[in-house]
Amino acid sequence: MHDPPATSWRLLRTGLVSPRKTGHFHAKQAKGGSAIVDLWEGLRHAFWLVVTFDAELADIALRSLRVTLTALFIACLIALPLAALLAVRRFRWRRATIAMLNALMGLPPVVVGLIVYIFLSRSGPFGALGLLFTPTAMIIAQVIIIVPLIASIAHQSLRELWAEYHDLLISLNVTQMQKMCTLLWDARRALLTAALAGFGRGIGEVGAIMIVGGNIDNATRVLTTAIALETGKGEFALALALGFVLIALALGVNLLIHWIGQTERDSRW
Amino acid sequence: MKQTLLLAFLAAITAGIAQAADQMRMAVTTSFHNSGLADVLLPEIAKDLDLEVQLLVVGTGQALRLGEAGDVDAILVHSRSAEEAFVADGFGTHRREIMYNDFIIVGPSDDPAGTATAETAAEALQSIAASNAAFVSRGDDSGTHKKELSLWADADLAADTFGEWYRAVGAGMGAALNTASGLNAYILSDRASWLNFGNKGDLAMLFSGDPVLFNQYAYLPVNPELHPHVKTDLVSKLETWLTSDRAQALIDGYTIDGETLFVFNAEPVSN
Repeated sequence: MHDPPATSWRLLRTGLVSPRKTGHFHAKQAKGGSAIVDLWEGLRHAFWLVVTFDAELADIALRSLRVTLTALFIACLIALPLAALLAVRRFRWRRATIAMLNALMGLPPVVVGLIVYIFLSRSGPFGALGLLFTPTAMIIAQVIIIVPLIASIAHQSLRELWAEYHDLLISLNVTQMQKMCTLLWDARRALLTAALAGFGRGIGEVGAIMIVGGNIDNATRVLTTAIALETGKGEFALALALGFVLIALALGVNLLIHWIGQTERDSRW
Repeated sequence: MKQTLLLAFLAAITAGIAQAADQMRMAVTTSFHNSGLADVLLPEIAKDLDLEVQLLVVGTGQALRLGEAGDVDAILVHSRSAEEAFVADGFGTHRREIMYNDFIIVGPSDDPAGTATAETAAEALQSIAASNAAFVSRGDDSGTHKKELSLWADADLAADTFGEWYRAVGAGMGAALNTASGLNAYILSDRASWLNFGNKGDLAMLFSGDPVLFNQYAYLPVNPELHPHVKTDLVSKLETWLTSDRAQALIDGYTIDGETLFVFNAEPVSN
């Protein structure tokens, strides 16, 4: 399925931009201006990684995308109906739920990671499933992190729309379900923004997936954890290169989704 | 459109489930992984045994915790007393010594504390403490951190009484070296991580060679009686390989900049 582990990184390290050489470089440059050199080196490195279509980079980048997009998909399935329900339905704990969702937007990923870790560990309640250190565990953690964010943003826009639609939908005497579906469909552009915010939080997240994924080469290593690893090795140029690839990926997905959603086109805003 | 998307998602998820032949998980220390030896050994293990060893790179403290919880099949760490306690408490079946490398003292190249002329490691540390030069400690309960604390104890100094010059960063070897490089501080590192480190700055290797700095790595299989899901057959297959002549040739033959990093010292038959 992929190249034997580590070969392409090693080739790259000893070939195109050798770390021995950059290490030497650092030693000479450390006293002044090495940060800028690192940045340039990072850009150059990123360019070569992409141009030569490094197999391991592609593998890691695809895994990043797969984990976060799957988490986003599941999170939307939970968060969007929840947001619509909170908009149209009046129940006792509604305000408390909304306040809670807003507060949970700031949920620290490291803590989520730790809690998911404890639940999935072999000695934890779901240990028998053997999910710890798999992409599935990373998806679970990311879903927990981004559901409150998507639900809160979606609820904001649905609430405004509901204020407009309220009288009309009530007079049409439609069911609760129909109200929710109408709101969700008519607010789809705003919901897209909510989903993109969730994507942004997921793809750049490192604290939780490092803990529950374990950063295993060829299994759970994604772009953010690879960046943390290379920084730990002092390979700033390679870490930066991966960072630029991550930024490009996030931008690419955003543009693609806007293009599919046909926002900012013709007379439509 | 939606259906295609859905199918793509399903395909993406199931693709993650399809895996290689045999797999096991091993927790290893950051210092072992940063040395680059793993990049040499793992492809050979995959070739010889058709076994994919998934490495979890953590500190010794966390590696032992992973073993206790049964989240890995075996661990390869370097902190003898903690390892013996791990086996004594029944979390591991036995402890098998594989190889050793050594620790070194790294510091600012102008060496304000004068460690380079010290006779022993204890003397070198005493001179650092006496000069109040900045010292970065791992502070993460790892094997290297435990070693450092025992060296301070050997030098008749207590690390918890030190002043501001002693910085415990609570991070892995590479991150701690980055901090030392930024602060231009002294640090205890294993030789391999130091040689492989890419951001040396003004730091240089100042002291090495005291036998007390030798660093023994041992392999500990997790006890299958506590954790029945542990892949015992793969674990013992890997142990046989790690103590074989083939592993010896690879371990002894691994050099960086012409320096040998590890010395293989496994006994041929396990007890």
